[in-house]
Amino acid sequence: MPLFFNFICSLKFLPMKNKSLVSITDFTREEQIHILDLAEEFEKKPTQKILQDYVVATLFFEPSTRTRLSFESAASRLGAKVIGFSEPGSTSVQKGESLRDTIKTVANYSDIIVMRHPKEGSARFASEVSEVPVINAGDGANQHPTQTLLDMYSIRKTQGTLDNLNIAFVGDLKYGRTVHSLVMALSNYNTTFHLVSPQLLKLPSATKIHIKENKLEYYQYTDIIDVIPKVDILYMTRIQKERFSDPIEYERVKNSYILRNSMLEKARPNMRILHPLPRVNEITIDVDDNPQAYYFTQALNGVYVRQAILASILGVKK
Amino acid sequence: MEKEETRKELVVSAIENGTVIDHIPGKVVFQVVKILNLSEVTDQVTFGTNLDSRKMGKKGIIKVSNKFFRPDEINKIALVAPSATLIIIKNFKVVEKKKVEVPDSVEKIVKCFNPNCITNHESVITRFTVIDKEDLKLQCHYCEKITARDTISFA
Repeated sequence: MPLFFNFICSLKFLPMKNKSLVSITDFTREEQIHILDLAEEFEKKPTQKILQDYVVATLFFEPSTRTRLSFESAASRLGAKVIGFSEPGSTSVQKGESLRDTIKTVANYSDIIVMRHPKEGSARFASEVSEVPVINAGDGANQHPTQTLLDMYSIRKTQGTLDNLNIAFVGDLKYGRTVHSLVMALSNYNTTFHLVSPQLLKLPSATKIHIKENKLEYYQYTDIIDVIPKVDILYMTRIQKERFSDPIEYERVKNSYILRNSMLEKARPNMRILHPLPRVNEITIDVDDNPQAYYFTQALNGVYVRQAILASILGVKK
Repeated sequence: MEKEETRKELVVSAIENGTVIDHIPGKVVFQVVKILNLSEVTDQVTFGTNLDSRKMGKKGIIKVSNKFFRPDEINKIALVAPSATLIIIKNFKVVEKKKVEVPDSVEKIVKCFNPNCITNHESVITRFTVIDKEDLKLQCHYCEKITARDTISFA
């Protein structure tokens, strides 16, 4: 029976094999859940040499700490060889090579490409010209689906479910790509959204459409303190000064979006604080010791989720 | 209807063979001329704008001799002038009359308005899904941003 069950599962999830992951909507809800389930298995046993015969290329046209290193850590723990670059300065890109040509070349040398690029839509384009699957590790301000999956994993792990949760998003909801993708994904789970941001940085209507389409409740706030007692997840993001054309406006609002330990007294016991990182000053250091701070574990979860993504797309079953 | 036809004949002369683009909103006539690259056409082109129209108040009309537009050209017209009507003329007779239609998807002809979109930096054929035909909203297949009527430009 278990063998038969495994066979059925492998059939069911076979479409993920060789499928590029550019946008979170490229994976169905079932496929997303499958990734989370598989990540749970990798968390229990992180080192499994199941990708020894594979080469993973990591092409980072833009700086990154967590995403690149966690992908490389994930690939290494699975036994894959990793090739690539962490900044394009030492490559033919510097000589003016097109993205098309770089991708076509690297696809000859690898079984899967992980790419971060500053231009929006670059990952979709790369997935169309590449002979091997492409995983989008961030394309400008557009999508960052592996971050979304690790956020979902962290939410499910801390709350035991993804369904019917109260989730607050705090900070820059206008430009934050992690917020947009996560809101889109959570709109399938009957989430109640609490959106906390300055007027200038409210969630764009293009993202709100997903909440409205699913007839979900959402509330908007300008002060973080109002939402803390109401939510299961407090998802913090960084407000960048350069987003404001008026520096006085930035100075006026910036302190409203800083989380301090003293503000957490009325939080629900199950509440956890997430942040895609890097943080600058939006969460003070004294929050780190609070057991409700989860952002560093969230970054660790990125390794298990990326292991699950690599193994699924390469079609390797345990 | 008869009266309107007569009035139209008075202001713009008839053509023997070709296409009449009627019911163009007055303010986009010059945009249609530009999009269709009519300045390069060597046959006779006549156009008028701010003509009285019972249906539209003011309208524009373009007549192009010996020209029958391809579907991708018709799509271009629909994006700026969704109310336009195409009238095909052969031997001074109307042989076909059709309203232009905003398509479900648009390829090649529109530029993505997002300056950071890969299509504005690499040689990529643009692709859009039309997510709102009334208000004209085109979602870029690549960067997923929405190009609207007020930000549209043509490749």
